[in-house]
Amino acid sequence: MVDLILSIYEIPVINILVKIVVILVPLLLTVAYFTYAERKVIGYMQVRIGPNRVGPRGWLQPIADAMKLMFKEIIFPSGANKVLFTIAPTLAISTALAAWAVIPFGAEMVLADINVALLYILAMTSVGVYGVILAGWASNSKYAIMSTLRTAAQVVSYEIAMGFALVGVVMAARSLNIGDIVAGQSGSIWGWYMWPLLPLFVIYFISGVAETNRAPFDVAEGESEIVAGFHVEYSGILFAIFFLAEYANMILISIIAALLFMGGWLSPFQGVEFLGLGSSFLAASSIVWLLSKTAIFMFLFLWFRATFPRYRYDQIMRLGWKVFIPVTIVWIYVIGIMYYAELAPWFLRDK
Amino acid sequence: MKQLTQFFNSLFLAELFKGLSVTGRYLFKKKITVQYPEEKTPQSFRFRGLHAQRRYANGEERCIACKLCEAVCPALAISIESEEREDGTRRTKSYDIDLTKCIFCGFCEESCPVDSIVETRIFEYHGEEKSDLYMTKEKLLAVGDKYEEQIAADRAEDSVYR
Repeated sequence: MVDLILSIYEIPVINILVKIVVILVPLLLTVAYFTYAERKVIGYMQVRIGPNRVGPRGWLQPIADAMKLMFKEIIFPSGANKVLFTIAPTLAISTALAAWAVIPFGAEMVLADINVALLYILAMTSVGVYGVILAGWASNSKYAIMSTLRTAAQVVSYEIAMGFALVGVVMAARSLNIGDIVAGQSGSIWGWYMWPLLPLFVIYFISGVAETNRAPFDVAEGESEIVAGFHVEYSGILFAIFFLAEYANMILISIIAALLFMGGWLSPFQGVEFLGLGSSFLAASSIVWLLSKTAIFMFLFLWFRATFPRYRYDQIMRLGWKVFIPVTIVWIYVIGIMYYAELAPWFLRDK
Repeated sequence: MKQLTQFFNSLFLAELFKGLSVTGRYLFKKKITVQYPEEKTPQSFRFRGLHAQRRYANGEERCIACKLCEAVCPALAISIESEEREDGTRRTKSYDIDLTKCIFCGFCEESCPVDSIVETRIFEYHGEEKSDLYMTKEKLLAVGDKYEEQIAADRAEDSVYR
């Protein structure tokens, strides 16, 4: 019996499908409980306690929300293009999930270990905006099309800054493979790329917030002017899929930040002499480190949303084009200089 | 110089970090949520909830159909018809308050010369159809009879300030 299961597992297609399920099921559960965490954290920051009625301490709230959305009617607005209207959320979720294929969870734990993983992720997150554009366009609604214009312009501008920030990482790691990038940060906590690339790190994360259309860059759904933006006309499961895609993208941005700038699965206690921590079990590389670093960034998303009022549209554009892009370009030059100076421990020539 | 500090403040996101620190502190503050059905906030004796008509201790209804409340009602929610009873006193034939119009300002209670129409502390009630929220004289008197003890205690407490 065990042999049979193992031999089935050896079939490449089955093998890949199993791996996909192993990645996606926890991811979707995380998305569900991320929404719960969001409501709790923002509630706590507003001195209230958030959802606590469904199940013990409200733990079943996301399940109840999902069930409700599944059973709701999908309404197609009159004059909407039904095909595009249905394709749009599918496009949003498929790109959001496809990007996870190249995310490594450990030195060997990766679904697709490709050499241009970073490029692939950039490509996938860029295609995701088409879901939003299609949704707004197919809805045949003024609010939706307005929001689509804003989103398209915003995401395209911030993609440049984000791409430049990642160019810095690629320069430092001399590889587009995420596993190699993480390996390049080993040694100690000072080997992480967040230190030499600190401005790029900050810009990457802020651009990530803008890319996912989260507060304070959520003009795409500015309630006061355009109701809910590109998904005003969506209801039921189609709306839920947009929601899912947005949160999957947030987690993606967080895990990429953890991988590229904070050493991924490397322990922060690596190479610490104090109390022999460097040789204890704490110094071992582990998926726990990766996930806890990711959780920090996920929390930041919520913290930002609870703190900052929405940027005005022209302020968003100014920040993207006149602040972030120049800073990233300048820092790419600085990286070049650091290379020339062979700044240890990141830019040693024979590393 | 001022411009320079402003430039560096905005470059290093000084104000944003200040904002984050505020919300960060509030994350650990004691929560002020009142878990409503189990917990309730304290009520004033001047609380203006569901209306009631009161009676004197001998069972005689207080209302003398002076129609001051009808006149003062800003929402025109009260409508009264009066008649002469067999003993020659002026009484109401009907006394209706439409709760869907009422704004719970309490003017009716203030205008009443005989403390007949009052607003009680009851605020958890509902109607399954609109007519359920149309309070007739019988309904108002029934509320008054049921909660007379509480109503009288509240009036006594408030009388000091009148």
